Amino acid sequence: MATSKKSLQTLAQDRESLALVTARHPALEVFSMFIANRAALVAMVVLMAIILAAIIGPMVYKTDPFEMVWAPFTPPGTEGFILGTDYLGRDLLAGLLHGGRVSITIGLVAALMSVFIGISFGAFAGYYRGYVEEVLMRITEFFQVLPTLLFSMVIVALFGASLQMITIAIGLVSWTAVARITRGEFLRIRELEYVTASRSAGATDLKLIFQVILPNALPPIIVQAALMVGSAILFEAGLAFLGLSDPNVVSWGQIIGSNRLYILDASYTVTVPGLAIFITVLAISLIGDGLNDALNPKLRSR
Amino acid sequence: MALFRQISKRIAYAAALLLAVVILNFLLIHIAPGDIADTIAGDMGGATAEVMAQIRIDYGLDKPFIVQLGLYLWNVLQFNFGYSFFFNTPVTALIAERLPATLLLVFTAQILALVIGIILGVISAKKPHGWLSHFVTLLALFGYSAPVFWTGIMLLIGLSLMVPLFPVAGMVDVTLLDAPLWRQYLDIAHHLFLPALTLASIFLALYSRLCRASMLEVLGSDYIRTARAKGLSERDIIYKHALKNALSPVIILAGLQFSAVVSGAVLVETVFSWPGLGTLALQSILARDTPTILGILFFSALVVIIGNLLTDLALRFIDPRINSK
Amino acid sequence: MSDTILDVKNLRVEFNTRGGIVPVLDNLSFSLDRGERIGFVGESGCGKSMTALALMGLLPSIGRVASGQILFKGQDIVNASTKRMQDIRGNEISMIFQEPMTSLNPVFTIGSQIAEVLHRHRNMDKSEALKTAVDLLDAVKIPDARNRIASYPHQMSGGQRQRVMIAIALACEPEILIADEPTTALDVTVQAEIFDLLRDIGVQTNTAMILITHDMGAVRQMAQRMLVMYAGRKVEEGTVDQIIKSPRHPYTKGLISCVPHIRKGADRLPNTLPEIDGIVPDITSFGKDQCLFAPRCERLTQQCLDRKPDHQMIGKAEQQSVSCWHPYGRQT
Repeated sequence: MATSKKSLQTLAQDRESLALVTARHPALEVFSMFIANRAALVAMVVLMAIILAAIIGPMVYKTDPFEMVWAPFTPPGTEGFILGTDYLGRDLLAGLLHGGRVSITIGLVAALMSVFIGISFGAFAGYYRGYVEEVLMRITEFFQVLPTLLFSMVIVALFGASLQMITIAIGLVSWTAVARITRGEFLRIRELEYVTASRSAGATDLKLIFQVILPNALPPIIVQAALMVGSAILFEAGLAFLGLSDPNVVSWGQIIGSNRLYILDASYTVTVPGLAIFITVLAISLIGDGLNDALNPKLRSR
Repeated sequence: MALFRQISKRIAYAAALLLAVVILNFLLIHIAPGDIADTIAGDMGGATAEVMAQIRIDYGLDKPFIVQLGLYLWNVLQFNFGYSFFFNTPVTALIAERLPATLLLVFTAQILALVIGIILGVISAKKPHGWLSHFVTLLALFGYSAPVFWTGIMLLIGLSLMVPLFPVAGMVDVTLLDAPLWRQYLDIAHHLFLPALTLASIFLALYSRLCRASMLEVLGSDYIRTARAKGLSERDIIYKHALKNALSPVIILAGLQFSAVVSGAVLVETVFSWPGLGTLALQSILARDTPTILGILFFSALVVIIGNLLTDLALRFIDPRINSK
Repeated sequence: MSDTILDVKNLRVEFNTRGGIVPVLDNLSFSLDRGERIGFVGESGCGKSMTALALMGLLPSIGRVASGQILFKGQDIVNASTKRMQDIRGNEISMIFQEPMTSLNPVFTIGSQIAEVLHRHRNMDKSEALKTAVDLLDAVKIPDARNRIASYPHQMSGGQRQRVMIAIALACEPEILIADEPTTALDVTVQAEIFDLLRDIGVQTNTAMILITHDMGAVRQMAQRMLVMYAGRKVEEGTVDQIIKSPRHPYTKGLISCVPHIRKGADRLPNTLPEIDGIVPDITSFGKDQCLFAPRCERLTQQCLDRKPDHQMIGKAEQQSVSCWHPYGRQT
């Protein structure tokens, strides 16, 4: 009898140890998932390097990107110009460093703006349903119908091509995806028990929206927000390529746009800034992918 | 009949959206600094205050806001978007001349992206860890991250300048204007290839990735297990049972992308000097030709709306569940 | 034994999991005669469905038959070619599943889904196959069959969809029909109808059936013999009457006492419904050389933990067999 008693105990312990799932703080869990994703980690390092170059670069490398410093079309690596000069003899490296500042800043601010608009639309539509939802989603659909680039071209054309106006034009046309995602999450979460519980505990609508539901709706929105920074950078590059950029600042797209007629003479003036955009946006996409894997509970359990 | 009613409802809704675009256009004209009088005056190289006032009366700018809106709507209803002082042509005529080229580019790119994307997605879903699967992932990242105008220029450098396989610019070869019709069509297709491929590259990546994910999900579903239990061959299971189900999300995404395709077309047209609405838009914006710009905004929205309607129809054709909702 | 249609011998199915290779089916043997109906009983995760999938050759990609034989009409189909298995599936061995709501393809009409299997195995052309589909829908008692073949799955109720699944499974007059929890997802009244239908068809067409369920009542109503599974192993087998009358394995006993009304002549109900404490062990402990039920068992002794019990005959020949060190309680 004694032996079987003891065995029963060990068996019970075995059973418990099987049931014991290593519990950690969710943020830590997400972080470690993200770290485990090698591509995302490399992308993070690359993006940090690019941002650092954009911040510090212009301070260290003092050449004015607008100034004609040498003969046009000086190939990269010659005459002391690492990336060569463009059709007006301007230093391409200086343009790249200064342009990075503008491109990344516009990308970040425009993405922030569109995330803000998108969350507002999606949250109120998903929370209030009915009449409010109808109106807000119709407005969203209306914005989906307007070709984003053309619409922002029109805004810039009518109201001027200043940095602020370009940022606003981008943010104003690219929030619809965030609104759709936010609304979907709100529709799902508002039916969950803990929301009902807080509601019956007397929480106000605004408290429910911003303190109860929104924090739980954030994961897919964060992923989308990361991707939005990338697409805003592409967007700005597109506008600048068309010549619709602030004439007082350099940006990556604008370098490509102004040099594109001379690709026969010097294709690097287009290739290099294009690569800069590509690598930056690629890094952001990979980080977005990594965040998605880390934040998606369905994948996490695997 | 239920189907007919639903489709007419969709069309009515599309019309409402278009009306909203027109109103937006009108508001933009009103909010924007400067008006027609300024434009004309600028054209003439300056004008006195009296002349300016006369122009404003001629164009109805002295009338109340709501009357002006009514007038604008009435004009649009007759496809009258005003007169372009820069091109010296009615806006509608200008757009009618450019619209076909854009339609050709946009729809070719969409179809190209869908067909290639779906094929890649399906093949890579069959071996989710094979090299093709990784290739699709890489392609998706490229398509998402590379600026489309840059992709276009790179293709231009590679396939038109270094290896002269395709024409550098334009849509038709003027030396072929007397050639037989089939030769001219072939020529257009030749010109179309690079721009369409460039534009498709963004969306091809998107669709192949979604199609792969969607196929993988469908292949794990209960009805695929049923199909296996029926003794069907893998080919029937994948191409008949799985694909038809996996298509819906891809088609829905394609519908949502129509406005992005039109946006991308503006850039691609500029790179390849394609004589469509995009190049016209850029010209008119640089010339501050407001009526033309707004006319283009209206017609491009129309293209998107028609694209959405077509998507909707395709979806109904694929998934019977939609019709009974 | 000449009319044995299926003979499974020492079947071992392994899963390649992150925790290593585990046997989800461990040394399983049973046989099935033509026209016989056998019930497979046990909680979820005991290997019932895996048995069915192994028979169909449809194990998930992480699983494989490690050893043993599946003799179908005397021929081992464990290593049969893909082509051969495709010819068997839906033709000689058919299967219906637990989830009628999701088991039919939503984008095809039910007519075409029935016709498809006839086209595949009977080489019928489209109109002939559709005509046969109408007859099949009649046979599974779907009203207005002629018009319903144009319906899509979402236009039908769960019970009707399961009837369609049965029609598909029976279309080619299979020798064996495997029904994996066919009514779990359905309303109670519909459950009874589906069981009646299955039994009637089984009797009429002399189709052998494997009914997988955790519902003892259903087994009693449907099957002649039953087989109780626990953690990938067979723990008890025998005729339904004999086992319900005197279950020898504590697990079987627990399952039966969960359904108090099931025994004939049970004149008094127990005061409390006895339930089996605990849960099915984690899959990683499958295959250990011990009685896997031991942690939940009231008869537990050291012997149970030291070695896995052999499967032994009990009482009259062929009527009952059990895998337990203490089939008559701990005293023996």
